Amino acid sequence: MLTSAVKARVSGLGFWYGNVRALHGLDMEIRDRKVTALIGPSGCGKSTFLRCFNRMHDLTPHTRYEGSIRLYPDDIDLVAKAVDPIEVRMRIGMVFQKPNPFPKSIFENVAYGLRVRGARSRALIEEQVEKALRDAALWDEVKDRLHGPGLSLSGGQQQRLCIARALATDPEMLLFDEPTSALDPIATARIEELITALRERVTVLIVTHNMQQAARVSDFTAFMYLGELVEFDATSKLFTNPGRKATEDYITGRYG
Amino acid sequence: MIEALLLLAGLVAVFTTLSIVWILVTEALPFFRRVPLGDFLTDTMWTPLFAEPRYGILPLLAGTLVTTAVALTVAIPAGTIIAIHLSEFASRRLREVVKPALEMLGAVPTVVYGYFALAIVTPFLQKLIPGLPGFNMLSAGLVIGIMIVPYVASVSEDAMRAVPTHMREGSYAMGATRLQTALRVVVPGALSGMAAAYILGISRAVGETMVVAVAAGLQPNLTWDPTESAATITSFIVQVTLGDLPHDSIGYQSIFAAGLVLLIVTLAFNVAGFLLARRFREAY
Ligand SMILES: Nc1ncnc2c1ncn2[C@@H]1O[C@H](COP(=O)(O)OP(=O)(O)OP(=O)(O)O)[C@@H](O)[C@H]1O
Ligand SMILES: [Mg+2]
Repeated sequence: MLTSAVKARVSGLGFWYGNVRALHGLDMEIRDRKVTALIGPSGCGKSTFLRCFNRMHDLTPHTRYEGSIRLYPDDIDLVAKAVDPIEVRMRIGMVFQKPNPFPKSIFENVAYGLRVRGARSRALIEEQVEKALRDAALWDEVKDRLHGPGLSLSGGQQQRLCIARALATDPEMLLFDEPTSALDPIATARIEELITALRERVTVLIVTHNMQQAARVSDFTAFMYLGELVEFDATSKLFTNPGRKATEDYITGRYG
Repeated sequence: MIEALLLLAGLVAVFTTLSIVWILVTEALPFFRRVPLGDFLTDTMWTPLFAEPRYGILPLLAGTLVTTAVALTVAIPAGTIIAIHLSEFASRRLREVVKPALEMLGAVPTVVYGYFALAIVTPFLQKLIPGLPGFNMLSAGLVIGIMIVPYVASVSEDAMRAVPTHMREGSYAMGATRLQTALRVVVPGALSGMAAAYILGISRAVGETMVVAVAAGLQPNLTWDPTESAATITSFIVQVTLGDLPHDSIGYQSIFAAGLVLLIVTLAFNVAGFLLARRFREAY
């Protein structure tokens, strides 16, 4: 069950905010159509690492990548200068900590990626929007108000709308940065179910502060500390039998 | 203490506004006792200072609306484009230079703009449009437009910068370019603030006095053609105020009737803008 193709290989990945080094030579493999969780104390670089995968850092001046993240099967280096960040973001979707629907209708929120990609056919867009909303387990709640504003939904619904928005363009990989930290337990449970179901079709990378959540939804877990990757293993192994003392301290709550 | 001061400041503003309305209405009443409202609204001539006076507001209203329309065709596109550029594309350094410069442009006395229209823009336009009169609404309107660009740009830019970063990030993460993000996410998110910017611009254009008085001519003229010369409500008022008409003459009283129309036009644009903004308002 834990063996599957490699979707992405991170080698010697470093990252700089100006003169501040936030990531130190990370190496790991992301398995295809599995959920990989990133855990670690606040400020250890989880978000920074995640945002390398879709080149979000390119929007911040004076930042720099080192090393490589090779995406398979095409074997392109996601962080190479020669690779267009927009190309990368077309293939790798992202869901943020705070739900961030656009000031548009529910329908137009989900159709956004298709329109940005130049889709014109109304029928095709409608079909993709409905499919994405079904996949994000939101269709039944919004099918009668598709043209109402996305910002009128509840927090949990907004986050599922953002997931639908990311799914509508059929990404190969989805990045989640603490997607439930602004949600109540019931809304959180629904997002977790959704992530578990998504594993069938897309590779998931999720940052979480919640150890139970990592244990519940992920197949693999990486523990980071001070910009370094301390331990990376199958979730079942890492949580029951961690190889490093620092990991054990963190997951048992003895850290800090 | 602070609250009391703020309340006082608010009351002063409200009191001033109410007094203006009160003065306009009470001073305009004697005028309307002598001129029927129907004539005022439908007569096509405005010649209160002539031996056989006519009191139709339409020529002045047309002059105001034409110069305002010309001004807006400059100010809204230019102001919006500048705002989008400053908010979404410019580096912080450029923004820090351009914004104060824009705001300084707004502080230039408007009579300077008036002579700019008369001495520079009109001769230039006369080369492009043969037969253009020396006083014309096109030149005045264009210069009013240039004059209010800083207002429109500055207020629109504030509205765009108020759109939260995480919303832009959501757009970039979908593979959108900077321009797509600006036009499809930031502008819709800033629409109510931008509507306020446009209303501010319209109010300034409707109320602008010196530029039209200097460059558009003072002859009331019922026309929708911007290349003609025409007086506006404001330029008529300033013309009468500067003259030596006795205060109880109907000519003098007519400026209050004209002022009342100006107030109503401005108010109408503001209400329309408010309703539009509410219609499109987005909360984050
Ligand atoms: N724009 C930035 N400029 C400079 N330093 C930054 C910037 N963003 C983050 N950092 C620094 O990089 C380090 C890693 O930050 P990052 O946000 O990746 O941590 P994190 O693990 O996601 O933390 P959290 O769990 O609190 O979200 C921190 O020390 C942080 O202060
Ligand atoms: Mg983070």
